[in-house]
Amino acid sequence: MISISLILLVSLFFPGIILRTKSLTSGRLGPGLMQPVKDVVRLFRKGAVYSDTTSFIFRIAPTIYFSSVLMACLVIPMGQYRGLVSFDGDFVFFAYILALGKFFSIIAAMDTGSSFEGMGASREALYSMFAEPAFFILLGSFSLLTGFTSFYDIFNSLHLGSSITYTLGILAAFVLIMIAMIENSRMPVDDPKTHLELTMVHEVMILDNSGFDLGLIIYSGYLKFAMYGALIAGFFIGSLSPGWSVTAFLLIQLVFAATVGLIESFMARFRMNHNPQFILALSSVSFLIFLGVLLVLEKFV
Amino acid sequence: MINALIIIVLLAIILILLTGVRLKGIIALTTVLAMGSISIFTALKSLNGPAWETVLNGTYLFGEVPVRIDSLSAWFILLINFTIITGAVYGFSYMKAHIGRKSDITLHSIAFLLVQFSLTAICVIQNTFIFLLFWEIMALSVFILVIFDHHKPETIKAGINYLVQSHVSIVFLMLGFIFIAIKTGGYSFDSISSYTHSHSSLAGSLLFLVLFTGFAIKAGFVPFHTWLPYAHPAAPSHVSGIMSGVVIKIGIYGILRMLLVIKTDYVTIGYIILSISVISGLYGVMLAIVQHNLKRLLAYHSIENIGIIGIGIGLGCIGLGTMNKMMTILGFSGALLHTLNHSLFKSVLFYSAGNVLQTTGTVNIERLGGLIKKMRASSVLFLISAIAICGLPPLNGFISEFLILGGFYNWLLTADLLSLISIVFSVGALVLIGGLAILCFTKAYSIVFLGTGRDRTLPEATEVPVLQLLPMYLATLLMILIGLFPSFFTGALNDTVNLFTLNAGFNPDLPQVNTPASLASINWLFVGLIALISVLLLIRKRSEKKKVIERGSTWGCGYESPAERTQYTASSFVRSYAKLAKPVLDIEKKEGELNEVFPGKSQYETHPYDKIERVFIDKPLKLLNSFTDQFRFLQNGRLQFYILYGIIFVAAVITIPLLIDKISAILNFLKTM
Repeated sequence: MISISLILLVSLFFPGIILRTKSLTSGRLGPGLMQPVKDVVRLFRKGAVYSDTTSFIFRIAPTIYFSSVLMACLVIPMGQYRGLVSFDGDFVFFAYILALGKFFSIIAAMDTGSSFEGMGASREALYSMFAEPAFFILLGSFSLLTGFTSFYDIFNSLHLGSSITYTLGILAAFVLIMIAMIENSRMPVDDPKTHLELTMVHEVMILDNSGFDLGLIIYSGYLKFAMYGALIAGFFIGSLSPGWSVTAFLLIQLVFAATVGLIESFMARFRMNHNPQFILALSSVSFLIFLGVLLVLEKFV
Repeated sequence: MINALIIIVLLAIILILLTGVRLKGIIALTTVLAMGSISIFTALKSLNGPAWETVLNGTYLFGEVPVRIDSLSAWFILLINFTIITGAVYGFSYMKAHIGRKSDITLHSIAFLLVQFSLTAICVIQNTFIFLLFWEIMALSVFILVIFDHHKPETIKAGINYLVQSHVSIVFLMLGFIFIAIKTGGYSFDSISSYTHSHSSLAGSLLFLVLFTGFAIKAGFVPFHTWLPYAHPAAPSHVSGIMSGVVIKIGIYGILRMLLVIKTDYVTIGYIILSISVISGLYGVMLAIVQHNLKRLLAYHSIENIGIIGIGIGLGCIGLGTMNKMMTILGFSGALLHTLNHSLFKSVLFYSAGNVLQTTGTVNIERLGGLIKKMRASSVLFLISAIAICGLPPLNGFISEFLILGGFYNWLLTADLLSLISIVFSVGALVLIGGLAILCFTKAYSIVFLGTGRDRTLPEATEVPVLQLLPMYLATLLMILIGLFPSFFTGALNDTVNLFTLNAGFNPDLPQVNTPASLASINWLFVGLIALISVLLLIRKRSEKKKVIERGSTWGCGYESPAERTQYTASSFVRSYAKLAKPVLDIEKKEGELNEVFPGKSQYETHPYDKIERVFIDKPLKLLNSFTDQFRFLQNGRLQFYILYGIIFVAAVITIPLLIDKISAILNFLKTM
């Protein structure tokens, strides 16, 4: 319970911190921390416009997308506290339920019959497909290291003793940050602030969404950030005492948000056709982690 | 039970031959229902109970015929008969369009009954000779079902392709069974197991591999899959559903049955099955993505799903070999459950494709679009099955893939270096298959059912009659039930999986798997997911009441009247994928050149082809043809020459033995010197 509440809490501030970092690095003061959430609340109050081409798929998809992200958050633990649900193999569930949301957001984009949205949908489907193996190999390596197959058990038996496990933790954090950037369609894979439809991925998929639905989609993005932040934190705070772990959790989320802001400030988006290579390269970083685990366990004879 | 089925089938065939065309369908349908209920009733008793055994009187030729329904047979009988019943109800309505073709319908109905009967019989027969007999009946009757539209040349071509390949499969099975018959003099499965138990495991492994090849051709493992993408689209849709749903599964049954009777080196066999399956899974889905023909796309997906089932079997085998009980249970139960799952969602997908074909006259997805507004029920059923086949929660596909992945992570904990490498690749492949399946089915679903129609020359689409939708609802309901109550179905599989573990001599008192605990959590999460979605949709609906909801046209950068031709097409949706996967794919392009200042009409065509087929089937055939072509001069069409060949042959038959006698006499003479 405490884990999901913390994730929900962080999700309210996360986008604000990213925005603030970006504005500070570009020499502006920027909007208030709560501005992104206020935007979502405003969207919730607005009416909507639906295209004549769309069917009921377009109307239910944002809801399913949001529900899938929320359900995925339920299995994530926080320090000594289990997630609301925890079982062997829960990270499989985590990845697959997110894929369900993606499935619906893709077909909803195709439902509009627009040439732009099809383009975004096609890219989204391709990128998320390449990101999956990286995630599974990463979690597989850690379950090999610890001997458990649920988030809670893996994180809790991860004692960062030797230097090599630190390296593994940092590599894992890198992979997860990159997966988070891909899943949230941020730099360097996608630029949320671009104004040209041809260069968008996620934004072009939701061109026709408005009102309540758009609010849900945008808030799901915030929630996803907090969710991946919680996963990254999990690699470091499993063995801390409850008080410290909450502090460390919030701190790591803060650092994560600032990192995202910094990446967005100082990096440019890749060329579209370089993206698949980049995402596939993530799998090889995961594989590096796997080899590292083999080294730790002395499986090489 | 077998006797009752034989009597029913013979009676029905006679009745079908005698009656008018309308009655034929009704008789066939009632017979299918009657046979189905008898088989299901008998099988249900054996699924979680003692095996049902009897011995039929045999003849001097092949000995007596033991018949045995254990829980493995029962599981397959259940899933086969369920899909055949849904197929029969669907087909009954689907075939009404062809009511004028009396003799074709007679043949079709009889073949349909024979398929059901022979598939059920294959599951219970324990005598290799009779097993092959029924296997042949099944192969031939499926052939007749496939070539229903025999006036189309491509249908006949696909049918003959299937016929040839299924007989290659029979050759491999015969080789294996004859070997055993020669060695032991017996035709029963028991003699196989007694032979392999008393000989080295190498003999067992070789025997298994020969039989595996035979069964793999039927099941459609790569590289034996090439008949599948032709036969499935050519057949009428209910037949495609049945073929993909259950006929190829009989190959899986054969593999599992042989694993039970043959004692082999399970680890090696497991690795072989695992690697073939990983390749099948990846290759199937990679080719499925680029297909334009909806039924062909689904056919390639069958190859992918057979791969997933095979991954489960391979995992279970390795578990048997390394005495890892949990892994064995997870592997086999994942494979068995996925067999059921695939028969459900794939048949519904084929039936939906059939509905599309029936109402629009085409399955070329580039010409379709916007059908969700005209065929709401079919499109929702297609969507649910598509989600299930991608292995997404909260449906049945997720459960079986979860079990298999669980098996891998279980293996991980005890593995050595070699198996670790194979785990990483297999898990990577399995999730990549999942991701590719999502790409494929978002493409298929959104191009066919969403957006607006792409071809105005097509007839106006309408929903098919309720009777035709009914079996689809039934199968979908079962899919949802498996998703929501997985523990019940894995519980039903307990005895079947125990067959394997007991056979390998595991201690039955070992602690039970803790997957059911995971499944219970998943159960709650699924219920929670559905509850959450419903609550949110309710909130959304209530909040909509107070707001202004408008309708407009799709955003087109300010352009107000978007045409259907500006929509994304299937090819453009997968273009970036096709570019990346170019080394594996074999896409034929026909491009008209644009030159001059005012270019004329031009066109651009792409046809995906199968690289493995080109290398393994087309090339050897070409070589064989060019070799046999050298003897063309013999066939010159003159009767005199043919008589001459006959005389030469007779003379050779008489003289060659004489010559051999003489030569051996000379040799003997030389030896005595």
